Amino acid sequence: MTTQLPLSPPPESADEGRGDRPPGWLSKLLGPLLLLAPAGVWLLLLLVVPTVMILELSLIPGFRPGTGTVSPYGLGNFLTIFQPLYLRVIARSILFAVLCTLFCLLLGFPVAYWIAILSPRRWRNLLLVSFVLPLWTSSLLRSYAWITILRPSGVLNGVLGLVGAPRVDILNTQLSVMIGLVYNFLPYMVLILYASLEKLDLRLLEAAADLGATPREGFVKVTVPQTLPGIAAGCLLVFITSLGDFVVPELLGGASSMTMARLIYNQFLGATRNWGFGSALSMILILAVSVSIALLLKYGDRDVEKTV
Amino acid sequence: MSDSKAARTTPASPIGPTAPAALPSRWQLPSWQLGLTLVMFGFMYLPVLVLAFFSVNESRFSAQWTGFSLRWYQQMLGDRRILAALQDSLSVAIISVIIASVLGTLMAVGLSRYEFRGKGLYRGISYLPLIIPDIAIAVATLVFLASLAVPLSLWTVVSAHVVFCIAYIAVVVSTRLSGLDPHLQEAALDLGATPTQAFIKVLLPELMPAIVSGGLLAFVLSMDDLLISSFTAGGGTTTLPMEIFSRVRTGVRPDINALSVVLILGSGAIAFMAEFIRYRSDQNRLNG
Repeated sequence: MTTQLPLSPPPESADEGRGDRPPGWLSKLLGPLLLLAPAGVWLLLLLVVPTVMILELSLIPGFRPGTGTVSPYGLGNFLTIFQPLYLRVIARSILFAVLCTLFCLLLGFPVAYWIAILSPRRWRNLLLVSFVLPLWTSSLLRSYAWITILRPSGVLNGVLGLVGAPRVDILNTQLSVMIGLVYNFLPYMVLILYASLEKLDLRLLEAAADLGATPREGFVKVTVPQTLPGIAAGCLLVFITSLGDFVVPELLGGASSMTMARLIYNQFLGATRNWGFGSALSMILILAVSVSIALLLKYGDRDVEKTV
Repeated sequence: MSDSKAARTTPASPIGPTAPAALPSRWQLPSWQLGLTLVMFGFMYLPVLVLAFFSVNESRFSAQWTGFSLRWYQQMLGDRRILAALQDSLSVAIISVIIASVLGTLMAVGLSRYEFRGKGLYRGISYLPLIIPDIAIAVATLVFLASLAVPLSLWTVVSAHVVFCIAYIAVVVSTRLSGLDPHLQEAALDLGATPTQAFIKVLLPELMPAIVSGGLLAFVLSMDDLLISSFTAGGGTTTLPMEIFSRVRTGVRPDINALSVVLILGSGAIAFMAEFIRYRSDQNRLNG
């Protein structure tokens, strides 16, 4: 607010500035239509309608493409999800996402903290961009690279062999999925935490130090509360993206790590081809993501209210 | 918490003369954070370096070093399926980004300019592709196309890619719009420009850096997309990630190492370009 130039009037005047040419109702409507309708129609057709369609399809038990018979509506697909086999898949997906979020936070916070506060100022942008650069490369290729490292005859075992340590076989285990997930989503966490830590007012820490706080107290009582919105946003982003991730568990997980995304994939492009069940699983996934966002918004609002 | 409010609402910009540039000096200890950051930098770049290393390794079974060789790069360049997939990927990405740049820019401008009922809903829907997992979007698009009996082709892939490209471009352009001086356009209108002229001659040049950097981001995402392409491509279309996926599933292959290095370098270069364009336009705005 304080940075606003004294010359600039309030923004509402932007539309009232040309009073000498009152626009007709047609041109009044034409502008919004021209600007908003093209993207709106595209999104309506290829995002909203399809989502409504899988909602409908999820209510048709056992729908398979190509079969002429259409069964009546029912909740059969959702009831199938409650079989122990599929509940385990959902639980595993959530566990992967939660653990991934936790590790990303534990590893990402010190990194973001060092780049945003401790590193030399002139290097900060470069350091941040370099750290998140791998994010721009294909997650498929990055997961593939981990196969090269973790497979039985891979780099890891090569190095272990050199130092005389016993070989490990962790490809196609849940551990390799965790490594791949953390590797894939750590840059997101660092990016968001950095944005939050960069705005941290260091004078508050100065004041805390003057008042006799130890660094630890300063961190717990100043840094963490000040960056809590960033921590929450970073955790949410990592949680929802890792929950729906397909490539990492598919390439690094093997048969032991069936997740929701892989199960959905199999219902459409894999061997099983049960579109109704796949749609129901997709709806559950969308629901899980929506609930996490709603929780954050609610939590975030409370946080704002508390500080006002 | 209420005591900290005053401090928090003061300008966050650390340029002020009184703002400390670093932590309180009596807290400065040899930082373990530096060590961890170095380890994490290693972690981030290790897989890329491993790929680069093995891509120039002579051995087919890339387990140990047997000598320097560029044969995998040669083999990759002679591989017709990879080249065809690259062509498909580039076509999809370029066409999608062009369409999405136009639609996304118009949308961002429209959202910044007009108030109407359902605006929140419209904005929310436009951000959905950033939030909903790819697999769900892919499934929904496939179901939609199948129910209309649309034959799957390159164009169905393009139309699906446009959806998420719009979202990313609109986000970047919106950010830029919110930092623009609204009076520039008004001045143009006062000086007799038509709204269209004002849009093309005043607003568009101002938005160009954002459109380009958003477009580059969307381009990279489109080139990298596996799921949405797999679900919307017909038999005749195979994008590069689809081709790589089908090969990688069957094991480690040295020619894929070479291809990975080329693609990673390409994405990295585009990423740096996008960051540079955005950085420079920010600098211009601050100085000008």
